[in-house]
Amino acid sequence: MTTTTIAGTAVELDDEGFFAEPEQWTEDMAPAIAAQEGIDPMTERHWQVVRFMRKAYEENGTGPTVRVLGKTSGVPIKELYELFPKGPAKVAAKIAGIPKPRGCI
Amino acid sequence: MFLAAGVRNVEAVSGTRRVVVLGAGTGGTLAANRLRRAWSPQEVEIVVVDEDDRHVYQPGLLFVPFGLAQPDEIVRPRGRQLHDGIDYRVSPVERVEVGEHRVVLANDEPVDYDVLVVATGAVLQPEETPGLTGDGWMERVFTFYSLPGAAALAGALATFDQGRLVVDVVDMPIKCPVAPLEFCFLADWYFTERGVRDRIEVTYVTPLDGAFTKPTASARLGDLLAEKGVELVTEFNTGEVDGAGGRLIGYDGREVPFDLGVVVPLHGGAPYVGRSPGLGDELDFVPTDEHTLQSKAAPNIFVIGDAANIPASKAGSVTHFEGEVLVENVRRFLDGEPLDASYDGHANCFIETGFGKALLIDFNYETEPVGGHFPSTVGVPLLKESRLNHLGKLMFQWFYWHALLPGRDLPGLGSDMPLSGKDLRAEPEDRKGAP
Repeated sequence: MTTTTIAGTAVELDDEGFFAEPEQWTEDMAPAIAAQEGIDPMTERHWQVVRFMRKAYEENGTGPTVRVLGKTSGVPIKELYELFPKGPAKVAAKIAGIPKPRGCI
Repeated sequence: MFLAAGVRNVEAVSGTRRVVVLGAGTGGTLAANRLRRAWSPQEVEIVVVDEDDRHVYQPGLLFVPFGLAQPDEIVRPRGRQLHDGIDYRVSPVERVEVGEHRVVLANDEPVDYDVLVVATGAVLQPEETPGLTGDGWMERVFTFYSLPGAAALAGALATFDQGRLVVDVVDMPIKCPVAPLEFCFLADWYFTERGVRDRIEVTYVTPLDGAFTKPTASARLGDLLAEKGVELVTEFNTGEVDGAGGRLIGYDGREVPFDLGVVVPLHGGAPYVGRSPGLGDELDFVPTDEHTLQSKAAPNIFVIGDAANIPASKAGSVTHFEGEVLVENVRRFLDGEPLDASYDGHANCFIETGFGKALLIDFNYETEPVGGHFPSTVGVPLLKESRLNHLGKLMFQWFYWHALLPGRDLPGLGSDMPLSGKDLRAEPEDRKGAP
């Protein structure tokens, strides 16, 4: 666990850089996290996925996997990889300030 | 915890109540048998439905490709695993009408229920991956997750003596997440025995960021792959399989060539779940409370085994450990009592590592697999290869047909995960409970 400052606010991140306290996240932090992941600037399509992740987490307690994102977010899997080349579910979860998706047990 | 407010139809009706169990695999069979023992047929009628009468001992599928088990040795009639006094019907399910408390069978026959137990497991969806079932399927690309696939792969492996063998998991969740690793370990042993190991490359391709999901086990299993000379390709999301050309193509553009491909296809819930409004999620698994096993679709629907969307492995041991809580909660529901929220996510898996050895992992929602011994400080080693664990794996088939399916309680092997014997000192505090 480490404390870091994003968009002027101190937040807790886990060992892999995911938010340990998702309630510390605010939308104005997303572009700064995205930039660290090599996504700069965020497009409307990035926002669509990030907001979808956030909503899914708030409803289900976990972020969706890539496969579920492809079925439900309105963005097909191929495009998800174009938007988040380093892995859509993980990177979008990071930007959305939610824990690592636990779809994989 | 749910307070059984939805029991009006049960309390209002005196006389016999009906529990319908969909699926006569591991979960449906052990649940029906335990339920049958809990009530007389006058109190509760039990109806079990499955689409065929072939119960496959799924842990045996791993051994078929290597000639260590024959297909006919691991199949028995489903109906014969069910106790007397259970009404077993062979029929596909068309849909469940959640609000009507009714199952509709394929011939449009309605079956009303007071309580429904969903135990229809997970199905393979190879057709969801472009190319997988096209040219080369069952010739150059196989799966060992079905009986015909495992049998056909046995033939292909027997004549494979040089080239690249690639074992690929398309995406999670899958049944028995350790099985593809075990396949790699057994392939290493099998090719060594045949004297061709040095002419064959074995590669394991996974969408995960390591050999396994949980950190300690992932590191240990990653080391084992390396020791056995198995190349590990991580974070590979298979977008397409070119069977004729011998290539896995990732969504990110990476390619993995193969001469013989062993693919674990995408999994989903049973198709009727998708035809039942309000029952399932986008993958046709049933949203379920992870501690009570009550569905989120309706208070009188419970779920056991792979059909549930709970964050536990899709594995027979999970199903076995769920059985006790499930049956107790069906009883409590019918009696109008609060449910028991005690299922802890306990899973326990032997991992076959080849050369007559295996290792054992034991974990739950909160505690990841670690070293030590099971079930207490005296017992078989955890997360470490031993011959004893291999014998345990072999003995398990007898135990499955004769104790687990009949629903017998086993001394020293309860539902709750034992902490005694586990080496938890090395586990960093902030990793506990991490998926």
